[in-house]
Amino acid sequence: MTQSVASPSIIRIYWLETLTEIRKVTRVMGFLLPTLLFPWMFYIFFGLIFNRGGMSGQLPTYMMATYGTFGIIAPALFSFGVGVAIEKGQGWMDLKQASPMPPMAYVWARVVCCLIFSLIVVLGLFILGALFGEVRLFTSQWLLLALVLVLCSLPFCAIGLAMGLFLKPQAAPAVVNLVYLPMAFLSGLWVPIMLFPDLLQTVALFLPPYHVAQLALKVVDMDVGQFVWMHLGVLFAVTVVFMALALKAYNTVRNT
Amino acid sequence: MTQSNKPSSRTLIAEVDQVSRRYADVVAVDQVSLNIVQGEVLAILGPNGAGKTTLINLMLGRLKADAGSVLLFGQPPRSLAARRRTGTMLQVGSVPGTIRVREHIELFSSYYPDPMPLDEVIEVCGLQGLGDRAFDALSGGQQQRLLFALSICGQPDLVFLDEPTVGMDVDARRRFWSVIRERVSQGITVVLTTHYLEEADALADRVIMLKQGQIAAEGTPDDIKSVAAGKIIRCRSTLDAAALGALPHVILVRDSGHRQELHSSEVEATLRALLEADQTVSDLTVSGVGLEDVFLNLTSEQSATTEQEIAS
Repeated sequence: MTQSVASPSIIRIYWLETLTEIRKVTRVMGFLLPTLLFPWMFYIFFGLIFNRGGMSGQLPTYMMATYGTFGIIAPALFSFGVGVAIEKGQGWMDLKQASPMPPMAYVWARVVCCLIFSLIVVLGLFILGALFGEVRLFTSQWLLLALVLVLCSLPFCAIGLAMGLFLKPQAAPAVVNLVYLPMAFLSGLWVPIMLFPDLLQTVALFLPPYHVAQLALKVVDMDVGQFVWMHLGVLFAVTVVFMALALKAYNTVRNT
Repeated sequence: MTQSNKPSSRTLIAEVDQVSRRYADVVAVDQVSLNIVQGEVLAILGPNGAGKTTLINLMLGRLKADAGSVLLFGQPPRSLAARRRTGTMLQVGSVPGTIRVREHIELFSSYYPDPMPLDEVIEVCGLQGLGDRAFDALSGGQQQRLLFALSICGQPDLVFLDEPTVGMDVDARRRFWSVIRERVSQGITVVLTTHYLEEADALADRVIMLKQGQIAAEGTPDDIKSVAAGKIIRCRSTLDAAALGALPHVILVRDSGHRQELHSSEVEATLRALLEADQTVSDLTVSGVGLEDVFLNLTSEQSATTEQEIAS
């Protein structure tokens, strides 16, 4: 009865929680493969094969940034949006909430997992672009582009977490797809934003992936020329708002 | 098992004070108060919808009470200090299926300040040889034992078990009980919900019977059984109250003018004697003593599960 004085190792909790998350993801190929393969596949089709005419690496570079954006959204939205909803439905979340687990350890583990997968997606695109698309960038550009893309999965982790906590497990996969695919298209991730009618270009301003894509394109000097702080501001606001919604949902999960 | 009748001499583990909780227009838990002392096993018994799981969730702080308060170890139940001394086994549909037994236990152990060694958890919970098996590859009974392992691996002082043996066959249930009893002998305090009177009887020192969110009866398993076994016989008889009262096992006689009511602790014996003593008895009905509907539910639940077990 005296052990309440001692504390468990927080580092060990975070480590084991992260390890569990990585095991969960890598042991289910159904999640892993589409997440990795779709962005690569799309990039090969639309960025490389359709572009045989060549613009000396211009279009492959542009599309590396936009498909990179497309690629980093999926692990975040699906791992959080669908994964959390399912674990909530199973009652697994209830057990974790009742346990002395620090809630942030759970979020942390999933975030780390998303960052790792985002990095793999991005590196795959880089290799494809450099080898087959004549993409030529400075080392600093490669590094900055990778950093921008990987870190920009954070707002989508927040969106996914809120969705996962709010949505019913049966509805989650459909809803996440309904959000993901139109949002990706309307943000100019498949078709360059300059080709959009004016109205849709304005709509894109309200979509988080648009701002990620513009930040990524800015690294390679291909963005539409808006301010960095605006993109960062929108993404930061999205993160804060959805984290707050997630927190609210987490606290009401208990009340149902 | 009788020492729990002297709760005043023991440390108070949980205090539930006038707790109520409603969902929309249904009162799930209605002004329930109870104290739980160290080392006792309390069973919360009742049919589905009686408020058992709601009460557990209120005690865990996973639900906010509309009124009243709950303290675990003198602290709010959501406080980290209280949670680090509490283990929980909920009715969980499933847990991440690709994670192995050993990995699940390791993770939950890490949340607690002084967990049990991994091999000991595995042995205590009868999971030997299953450490490297993924959760999905376990049988139903093994999965329940893993969930139990997660509730005790941190060596908590208080363990909540929400219907721990649902879906287990009779053998598995017996084995599971002996594991729990073994833990109890180490001084752990247990709060258990169950449909099964038999389970409460096998494990609990004290039983609380919930009916429509209120405590309908409270006592030792034997108390509960004897109260619930009682029946009320209503009939029209030519015998007078004294003669009826003299029939075997009649506890109480009430005469409402046109009908008589006999409260019997052994209804079959009383009936046999009644029918013999008065050949003109008419309008005869037998019913329970108020806990009856609770027990009817309990029995039907039990037989339904047994049928399922046989079928599967």
